[in-house]
Amino acid sequence: MHPTVLVIFGATGDLAHRKLLPAIYNLAHEGQLPERFEIVGVGRRDQESEHFREMVSSTVQRFSRRPPDADVLDGLLAGVHYVPGAFDEPQVYAGLVRALAEADERAGVPLDRVFYLSTAPEFFPLIAAMLGESGLQRASDAEVRIVIEKPFGYDLQSARTLNAQLLEVFDERQIYRIDHYLGKETVQNLIALRFANALFEPVWNRNYIDQVQITVAEDIGIGGRASYYERSGALRDLVQNHMLQLLALLAMEPPTAFDADRLRDEKLKVLEAIVPARPEEVPSMAVRAQYAPGVVGGISVPGYREEEGVAPYSRTPTYAALRLHVSNWRWAGVPFYLRTGKRLSRKLTEIAVILKQIPHVALQSSGSVGIQANQIVLTVQPDEGVSVSLGAKIPGTRMRIRPVNMEFRYGTAFLSESPEAYERLILDAMRGDATLFTRNDEIEALWGIVDPILGAWDADRSSTVPQYDAGSAGPPEADSLLEDGRVWRRL
Amino acid sequence: MTEEVWGARSTTPDAIEAALRDMLRSRHAADEALVPARVLNLVVIVDRDWKGEIANRLEGAGRYHASRTVLCAVQDGRVTLDAVASVGDEERAPGTPRVMHESVVIDVGAQHLPGLRTIVDPILVDELPTVVWSPHGHDEAVEALLEVMDVVMVDSDDIDDPALAFERAQRLARDAYVVDLAWLRTTPWRERLAASFDLPARRAELPRIARLEVRHRSRSAASALLLVGWLASRLGWTSCSLGHAGGGLAGTLSRPGCCEPGSGAPEPGEVLVALRPHDQDAPGLAGVTVCGEGGAALSLQRGRGGLEACEVSADGAERVWRILGASRGEGGILGEGIRQALLRDQTYEPALDSARALCTA
Repeated sequence: MHPTVLVIFGATGDLAHRKLLPAIYNLAHEGQLPERFEIVGVGRRDQESEHFREMVSSTVQRFSRRPPDADVLDGLLAGVHYVPGAFDEPQVYAGLVRALAEADERAGVPLDRVFYLSTAPEFFPLIAAMLGESGLQRASDAEVRIVIEKPFGYDLQSARTLNAQLLEVFDERQIYRIDHYLGKETVQNLIALRFANALFEPVWNRNYIDQVQITVAEDIGIGGRASYYERSGALRDLVQNHMLQLLALLAMEPPTAFDADRLRDEKLKVLEAIVPARPEEVPSMAVRAQYAPGVVGGISVPGYREEEGVAPYSRTPTYAALRLHVSNWRWAGVPFYLRTGKRLSRKLTEIAVILKQIPHVALQSSGSVGIQANQIVLTVQPDEGVSVSLGAKIPGTRMRIRPVNMEFRYGTAFLSESPEAYERLILDAMRGDATLFTRNDEIEALWGIVDPILGAWDADRSSTVPQYDAGSAGPPEADSLLEDGRVWRRL
Repeated sequence: MTEEVWGARSTTPDAIEAALRDMLRSRHAADEALVPARVLNLVVIVDRDWKGEIANRLEGAGRYHASRTVLCAVQDGRVTLDAVASVGDEERAPGTPRVMHESVVIDVGAQHLPGLRTIVDPILVDELPTVVWSPHGHDEAVEALLEVMDVVMVDSDDIDDPALAFERAQRLARDAYVVDLAWLRTTPWRERLAASFDLPARRAELPRIARLEVRHRSRSAASALLLVGWLASRLGWTSCSLGHAGGGLAGTLSRPGCCEPGSGAPEPGEVLVALRPHDQDAPGLAGVTVCGEGGAALSLQRGRGGLEACEVSADGAERVWRILGASRGEGGILGEGIRQALLRDQTYEPALDSARALCTA
């Protein structure tokens, strides 16, 4: 890996504190950083590099997944610098030019530059443009890359605009749009499960699969993120990016090689095969809701509209459920059910592939739950693993069948500890491997799916937004999406 | 960690296995969140007097411990088997999934070693790879376990004569996958050298390396030889035997396209290699210096929090910096050895062959 300087815009923000800086420390601890590596933090807080180093030190000690080694941390801090100022101030970029030149001078080689935009999204085009005006989008004898955090756009039009603004300054190959879900082990394991095993691929189609359910349930509320969440809502926050990425990985054709463009080409084909809903179709394929007051974990919690910073008549959905169809040869007729919500009964992220019932039941006997459709369930959190449900004979003199689970858990099957998603993704960005990042055409395809739903919900001012009790499994209205006797998996 | 323990004197492998099964069943019945780890079996053969020391080393391996560890403590004159079996789990909140690890310590006699397979095999978990580690020699026991072992863990630094250590590793490699702790001690050095010469500016220097110095703890000559063997096998250097010089070993290797090595100052196509003992507590390497024909040199030296790097360019300009990385310590090396048992390193055997050739007089 080429010597690199990582420039973090928004270096004093929450994401940098909780995720990025601890991830970088862990890469240093493992000896995985490039041999020459420096960090330049950029933030509005007026402080010297020394104060920033103290902040980095305390944040690593607090949030690192392992206790920091004092010598490694000191070594990392020695390469940490800070440029203060607002992102629209030209002197910030002049300071950055100086800081990067000094880093090159210290290293004795031109360092690759990775600009990590850990800021509010409204700053993305501004920072990109200012980097361009300062000539920082290119470097002689070194690569320059820019990493963009979500949300990438507010809707299809704004995503297109943002893509165009970035592409005015950077080439597509320089742009790394991060979706941290793709850095999670289980998500990558979905690719391994499908394409490293002969067992699953033969049944991975409409002939054997009845339905797919993708669930991202959270038991927490919006916390202190009201201003973000009021503008975002469940569909933008989780469905447009993470959940549709999971769907694409689950449904894509086998790529010819595991490289950035081949993988992303296959995902794009899936996304383009999801026909966007017409406005009149939205009520029958999408459900939104808000959490009402309730009890979570034995504690009474307020409803969404009572949360601090939320408008009392807010229509922002904290729950969204969709029924989508991938219109291609492999998946025609198989419904993909997606649901996500806050303040649900438990925290759970899973992908459940539910197979069709067997065509003829010869074994069923009274006194048991009988034969149920096989399910292949990939759990992303809280536990990372895969389970396959099978029908098995209950010990005894009769042929009674009940489902049992064959489980694989990362914690029991591997000796290694999974790295944090950000460790993998930061390393990939420094290595120039964009496989787990989202391409511009993918982003627009993702927005193309959710945009009509957002449009229909925004246009509908007459109906009330359904409510669900905090701590419940979600609104009963979501059941209306399921057809032919299907039910949501229990949370 | 919570633990359930069973013990018996004059026992049998079947009784030990039954006790383990009962403990696993009862603990799972009491708490369904407790599940047995199922990654690999580890069989350790030790001198009985040193079993505590080895148990401590295994404790220090951290999270990389085997699912089922069978420690055979060898005692001269013993004719019966005494065993203690335990099942432990991580101390976490009840209900959260926890992994149980099983451990068996069997006191065996030297007379049992030729038939050790019949004692160990019934206690191993089926379908899991089995790693054998015999840090105090007992080659007879290792031979007896060939049929059941998939991986054998050795430490070539433990044998005074590296030539004998490498010969043993080569012999074992015919029957099992070999994980050599002496090789693993070179891992950060190999990774860093490879990364350093991956840079375009330095890549061109690779075929023109003229001098290599490896500094090592005096009892870690095998690690140093394996590092040289690795470079030789990767870069196509033709190995020749190294002679004793200045308290260490030295010699000249041929680079590809070059004739037989000569003597004296390096000619184009030759690499002067020197291994120098270094006074340090930690086993393994202390430093590596690689010099090109043009006079440029890159030196890596063990330091606090990583490796101290020093680069001298052809014009004599010097740059010094630190490459970050925490030391794993000997516990970490052992843990890495256990972890490596599930991986396959294609570079070890060629390096071993080259290192063996360096030792041939």
